[in-house]
Amino acid sequence: MASAPSKLYSDDVSLVVVLLDTNPFFWSSSSLSFSQFLTHVLAFFNAILTLNQLNQVVVIATGYNSCDYVYDSSSTGNQSVGNGRMPSLCATLLQNLEEFMNKDEQLGKQEPEGRIACSLLSGSLSMALCYIQRVFRSGLLHPQPRILCLQGSPDGPEQYVAIMNAIFSAQRSMVPIDSCYLGAQNSAFLQQASYITGGVHHKPQQLDGLFQYLLTIFGTDLHSRNFLQLPKPVGVDFRASCFCHKNTIDMGYICSVCLSIYCKHLKKCSTCGSVFGQAQTQSDEPSATNRKRKTTDA
Amino acid sequence: MSGAAQVTKRAKYKISVKDPGTTGALRMNDQKLMFMPDNRNSGAKLVVEFKSIQGHKYTKEGSNKPPLINLANAQGGSYIFEFDSYSDLHVCRDFVSKVLEKSKETPNAALEKSAVKLPDEQLSEEEMQLRIKLLQENSELQKLHRQFVGGNILTEAEFWAARKKLLDRDPSKKSKQRVGFKSAMISDIRPATDGRTNKVTFSLTPEIILQIFAEKPAVHRAFLNFVPNKMTEMEFWTKYCRAEYLSRTKNYHAVVAEAAEDEELAVFLKEDDILANEVRKKIRRVDPTLDMEADEGDDYTHLPDHGIFRDGTKESNELQSEHYRRTLLQDLNRHAAVVLEGRTIDVEREDSTRALAEALARSKRGNEGADNNANEERLDRTPRVAEIEDLQAPHCLPLAPLSIKDAREYFDSQQANTLKASRDSQASMKCSLSRQEAYGSVRDAISEIKDMGLSDPIVNPEVALKVYSGLTHNISSIKYHLGKNPRETVLDRLPSATKEKLLYHWMSIQELLKHFWSSYPITTPYLYSKVNRLKDALSNIYPQLEVYFWPEFTAFA
Repeated sequence: MASAPSKLYSDDVSLVVVLLDTNPFFWSSSSLSFSQFLTHVLAFFNAILTLNQLNQVVVIATGYNSCDYVYDSSSTGNQSVGNGRMPSLCATLLQNLEEFMNKDEQLGKQEPEGRIACSLLSGSLSMALCYIQRVFRSGLLHPQPRILCLQGSPDGPEQYVAIMNAIFSAQRSMVPIDSCYLGAQNSAFLQQASYITGGVHHKPQQLDGLFQYLLTIFGTDLHSRNFLQLPKPVGVDFRASCFCHKNTIDMGYICSVCLSIYCKHLKKCSTCGSVFGQAQTQSDEPSATNRKRKTTDA
Repeated sequence: MSGAAQVTKRAKYKISVKDPGTTGALRMNDQKLMFMPDNRNSGAKLVVEFKSIQGHKYTKEGSNKPPLINLANAQGGSYIFEFDSYSDLHVCRDFVSKVLEKSKETPNAALEKSAVKLPDEQLSEEEMQLRIKLLQENSELQKLHRQFVGGNILTEAEFWAARKKLLDRDPSKKSKQRVGFKSAMISDIRPATDGRTNKVTFSLTPEIILQIFAEKPAVHRAFLNFVPNKMTEMEFWTKYCRAEYLSRTKNYHAVVAEAAEDEELAVFLKEDDILANEVRKKIRRVDPTLDMEADEGDDYTHLPDHGIFRDGTKESNELQSEHYRRTLLQDLNRHAAVVLEGRTIDVEREDSTRALAEALARSKRGNEGADNNANEERLDRTPRVAEIEDLQAPHCLPLAPLSIKDAREYFDSQQANTLKASRDSQASMKCSLSRQEAYGSVRDAISEIKDMGLSDPIVNPEVALKVYSGLTHNISSIKYHLGKNPRETVLDRLPSATKEKLLYHWMSIQELLKHFWSSYPITTPYLYSKVNRLKDALSNIYPQLEVYFWPEFTAFA
């Protein structure tokens, strides 16, 4: 019996975990309306599932206050709800999405203060990685997982550490993170994520052709990527954000014990409590070295 | 200076001073001198290149001797010419000295002119030779030398100061690769047998003797002890060959009998005790901390006879002749070990066998000291590494453990900071809707789809085409700029002439920068002028680069 399933599991079976950005503040001010976006995305999911019988799609909604699983194509509880106007995939997904939005609204209390709030990308990345780990431990035969990030909200610098941790663990488990950024600015986190894990990052020029972008670039499975040419970014924005103010910086100070990044010289590291030595007194050397003395901390 | 390109005078060619000599005409020009005898058939015609003339001697005017000039050539011979008068002699002498001076110069001038001694630096002849040789061998170095020293940017001394390592090398001290031992066992000498006279002849060359000494240290020791005290070399080797012959006959009883008779012969026949000692030492030296894992392939216990096929019928118990039994396997192993150790002395250098033996003994003694140290180190390490981890006390390292303060406080409490900070950051589209409105619009969108279903067509065909062609153009242009192979560099895609020019400029810039930075801090006016020179040279390179590369640069922009 071991031979039959292995014949079905060819090289190009993929499990795509999609992180869908449902930040209402972004979508209400985006040039692409949410319903159009959903149209493209749902058709894309259908396309992935038709590519191979064993392909799997899992959708995680990245909300403003919370994240949750919205759809899993391998679960057997997909009843056909509503009218017969659309395949059950879409119906189930939309239903779950609506419920999620309601819950998300309940959780939030604050009004955002005049800028586009960021969605909880770090949370949904972590959930995706946990799901993939479970798939890895399910046995020898499993599809090749990858993460697809459909994000429009800007980067939240307060999530820098969490996102970097998630990226490194994805790199360790060899799970590529593809990212499609729909917002106006550039997203440094997503560029770094795709670069470090070996995925593809793309910022579509024409949002009304999103479906074409998704099919051409993000629909390819991992095995075929060895002999396909996908768009490569010319450069990657590698700037980190400092731990004290969460500003994006390109030159700063680093604690030599715990490697936390600071934008200005501190006497004591706020993460691990190590005390640093005397700084150079001249002001024309902004990047003084962090000499520190190890002390036992109670 | 006399501007004569050639000189012709009547002279007599003499083999030696007493020789009457043959009369003829002597003609000299820049390259060579020619002597034509009057009598064409006398056979004393002479054509000599000035290159082979080392020096010249001549008789003084005031003396009573006839006017002679003696030209010495490189091989030690000499050509003696007698002239009619002293004035002729002077003319020829001047000419010869002029030509000889010039010819001494030319090998140096053939190289770059800048290989000239500086007045403030005294170079010996061989240092000059070494520098010239280095320049001749390395064309890159020659180019740099010509550019900088020839262009008066660097002085000779500065140029070579950066390359002390090259100059220190004394070529005669370079150790040459020695030919190793042959892997065939030549010490296993076979005699030539003469059936008629029943004589057996062994032939020993120094090479064979060296191998015998290396492989059989007992024989080596015996040689050092017996010769020349107890017996001559000839006798020693006769005994040795007799022992070899006997052991080859496999007649153990004869071997035992002979050994009992002749004490010295016994030395050759019995087991080599030096070797036995060495083997015992080696066994003790085996590292017990070596991790050797056994796997299924090592399981020989389940095979009959432990995997070795033996026929026990042929074994005979010859206890008493155990001493004199030598197996082929032992000999082969010993030979292999000696070959791999390598050769430490040259056979040709030693004149006698005695000297050979002593040299070998000396080299062996040198190796012993190192072994003891390694042994001690190993003994030290064994108890340390073989410790069982579970039974150890916990390591108290003198380091403070890393303590990360409350992680939650770090991750979560930064919200307030960010709101404050990012309010004046990038001007993104401001959200004008309130929360309720925002959520409401999203919910409306969802219900809209639910009612309407997915739009048809999902994507407008023209838009799709535009997207598709944009993507392919993007991919192909990136491929053009960055190359298909991520490891391919920009350099590889330039034409080779351009690439070489670029690398040449890079090399000269490296050299200039090296000298530039080594002159800091500027403490003397000499350094100051040097730095200025280098600065000018560096700034001259920019316009050169622009001239070459501007068209290529614009293509990549």
